[in-house]
Amino acid sequence: MSGPQLQHAGLNLLDTDEMEPAEAALGLYGFWIFLMSDAILFALLFAIYGTQLTATAGAPGPAAEFKLGPAFIETLILLTSSLTFGLASIALKYDRGRTGLVAWLLVTLVLGIVFLGFELDDFRTMFSDGATPDRSGFLSAFFALVPTHGLHVAAGCIWIMVMLVQVAVLGLDARVKLNLLKLGLFWHFLDIIWIAIFTVVYLQGTLT
Amino acid sequence: MNDDSLRFLLFGRLNAQAFPFVRAWQNPNISELIGALAGALVVVGALALVALLTWKRWWRPLFRDWLTSLDHKKIGIMYIVIAGVMLSRALVEAVLMRAQQSLAVDAPGIVAPEHFAQLFSTHGTIMIFFMAMPFLTGLINYVVPLQIGARDVAFPLLNSISLMLTAGGASLVMISLAVGEFSTGGWSGYPPYTGKVFQPGVGPDYWIWAITLSSLGTTFSGINFVATIYKKRCPGMHLTCMPLFCWTALCTSILMIFAMPPLTLATALLALDRYLDFHFFTNDLGGNMMNYVNLFWLFGHPEVYILILPAFGVYSEVISAFSSKELYGYKSLAAATMVIGVLSFTVWLHHFFTMGQSADVNAFFGVATMTIAIPTGVKIYDWIWTMFRGEVRFTAPMLFSLAFIVTFVLGGLSGILLAIPPIDFVVHNTVFLVAHFHNVLIPGLLYGMIAGYMYWFPKAFGFRLSEVWGRIAFGFWVSGFYLAFMPLYVLGLGGMARRSQALFEPDYRPWLLIAIVGAFLLLAGLVSLFVQLWVSVRDREASRVPVGDPWDARSLEWSVSAPPPEYNFAIIPQVDRLDPFYWLKERKEAYRPARRYDAIVMPRNSWVGPLVGLAGAVCAFGLVWHIWWLTILAFVGVWAPVVARSFVRDVHRTIPASEVEATDRRWLDCAQATRPVPRELETEPANLGLARPFPAQVPA
Repeated sequence: MSGPQLQHAGLNLLDTDEMEPAEAALGLYGFWIFLMSDAILFALLFAIYGTQLTATAGAPGPAAEFKLGPAFIETLILLTSSLTFGLASIALKYDRGRTGLVAWLLVTLVLGIVFLGFELDDFRTMFSDGATPDRSGFLSAFFALVPTHGLHVAAGCIWIMVMLVQVAVLGLDARVKLNLLKLGLFWHFLDIIWIAIFTVVYLQGTLT
Repeated sequence: MNDDSLRFLLFGRLNAQAFPFVRAWQNPNISELIGALAGALVVVGALALVALLTWKRWWRPLFRDWLTSLDHKKIGIMYIVIAGVMLSRALVEAVLMRAQQSLAVDAPGIVAPEHFAQLFSTHGTIMIFFMAMPFLTGLINYVVPLQIGARDVAFPLLNSISLMLTAGGASLVMISLAVGEFSTGGWSGYPPYTGKVFQPGVGPDYWIWAITLSSLGTTFSGINFVATIYKKRCPGMHLTCMPLFCWTALCTSILMIFAMPPLTLATALLALDRYLDFHFFTNDLGGNMMNYVNLFWLFGHPEVYILILPAFGVYSEVISAFSSKELYGYKSLAAATMVIGVLSFTVWLHHFFTMGQSADVNAFFGVATMTIAIPTGVKIYDWIWTMFRGEVRFTAPMLFSLAFIVTFVLGGLSGILLAIPPIDFVVHNTVFLVAHFHNVLIPGLLYGMIAGYMYWFPKAFGFRLSEVWGRIAFGFWVSGFYLAFMPLYVLGLGGMARRSQALFEPDYRPWLLIAIVGAFLLLAGLVSLFVQLWVSVRDREASRVPVGDPWDARSLEWSVSAPPPEYNFAIIPQVDRLDPFYWLKERKEAYRPARRYDAIVMPRNSWVGPLVGLAGAVCAFGLVWHIWWLTILAFVGVWAPVVARSFVRDVHRTIPASEVEATDRRWLDCAQATRPVPRELETEPANLGLARPFPAQVPA
């Protein structure tokens, strides 16, 4: 490996950065560990979902309720939002001004909100079909797993809004940059979880 | 809107019947009166505290110096205060349960069944989540940064939030005494019994939200300690130069990060069942309570090692210091710790051998369970070899360590018995199991915590604890343990079911009477700890150890004054081996001024922690009583300070180099003027915290 020593896993700001490298390394390291703990939460939700797949108790099951179309659109939206967050990170690292960063963050935010809109519409359809969580163990597991991801995305959206305000009010000081790096990890993490949801929940539910 | 719905909107399920005083007034039997008395104690205790703080004008110092402080040492001490308060309550409950069982052989006794079930539920919940966890988190908080040569933990604000979330959970359990009732489902809260069908009241909700607050706090603590230990060690402090307590703290923290999410999830899903009619663990519509049992013990077994490992760390420090020898088999101890950490995730099923899996599955988990005895055995031998040919002094912490070795081995042996599925089938759900887990947790956790408290107390407060009262406490805790729990082995083999409010076998009575004597001795042990504290504070002038090394100990925390300055180290130490302070003393290089002092940047106090903890507890209270406006308001109240804080930039405070230098030189002058004491006089007033170098090094 050539080039400067990486301080932490993920995108390093390095030379463009006025914060102490050790501080950035520490903060991001802690955030990685937090994500690991969060990942365990999702892993267990997936495990519960797996055990409850057949526990439909006469209520609507996966084949009847899951629509691959909207789920695919949601996947595309969320993957694109990861790309746009990546572009925001690159703007954070290389751009002099804040314009690029703010623009890409806004695009990411919009995509996140559109994703949530599609997801809520899915839930609304399911509810109108009578597929509510109090009907069966399977629907309980579904409505624990997928909305937990949705809540994370909502939290991420609020976080983006807070960061946009901070960029406007405080400029790009060391702590704003550090928080943007953490937010980036969080956003890409949600993307990975969604890929698992798309595969395990929607693909498995509609294709089998 | 009619009156009823308005009342529900404002107060949720809260009504006059919620208060034990009203219940006792309407139905004055002894059980209700005991409940009302306990509730009254909470109220009176809270009022007395408020009065004391007002009378002594301590409100401002309380908030300024303690509650808003981000200093890891103060946070550690506050954790231990919580542990002490909660230990007192849970131990009194234990005595009450023992009293009930000894009276209730073919008789009603003093406590009604419902009340008795609350007693064993709160006893277990408190002892695990609000006594053991705060105690060990407090010790880790206080000691680890000092031992690795750091000025604070990695994330001081998160540390304060963790503390306050734990405090919020503990207050919720206390509030349940005076408002409403607690769960009757035991500390493990198995559904469907804790579901809405069987317990529609507030009891399980109190349990769920108290646990949730505590487990969130613990997860954050785990993250914080891991980041601290991996990233904040001083130069030269390789992992293999860390004191063993740091190793156990590291392993415990890793376990916290991996093992708390299953618990958080289990309680969250149970809450969904109870609040929104989900069907995770219900009997009908596809619910599966085995999912809960698996989730709970996926947390629950690693939790056992979260509890025990820090105590192992304390014993390693105490035995090494009071034998004046390097820890025997340091590397094997560190490796054994990590092996235990890994194995702890492979044995959870032994908590429910009888719940329907095949014999092969049971056999696998039985063998895995027995495997844990191997690294644990390694540790026992290492501690024994550490004492071998050492200059052993039988101080109170050392006595607790010795009692641990013997008692814990016994408890481990009964664990091996329980790990054999056919035996477990016979004795499961009897008090044999109760005897076993008290036999491992009391020596394996509580003795360790007490030993650690006595060992590090002089470091934290600058004076030693009374040795006499330490020995008295030791006598009570050990004799009390044996008398209270050995009879339970007999009773368990005799078929006595655990958690029994009434008994119908006269042959049990003599054993139950021995056990209640033991319970009172344990209570005397607790009282003597408080007497010890009181006597030691009163006589503190005669036991001051300002130089800071009263036990001629070996690791870095002893190389600074007692109590240490806020920033721990005037200059960050540089180390090159295990037991650095010992070798510094050996080379006569300790207590030297630095060549140059620099300004030190420390975090400012913050209100975020207390506000988050308070709002968290209020939010939980709203959830318990279905007071939705309060819940929503408080939930916003949890996040508002966190977001607001992210806009604050003035979060640090600089201590000028001149002040650091002046403080350090004052302490060094004190060390110069102090007469060193030999080890045999370390419990005498002559011990001012400067150890006389021992002439010859005993080979390890």
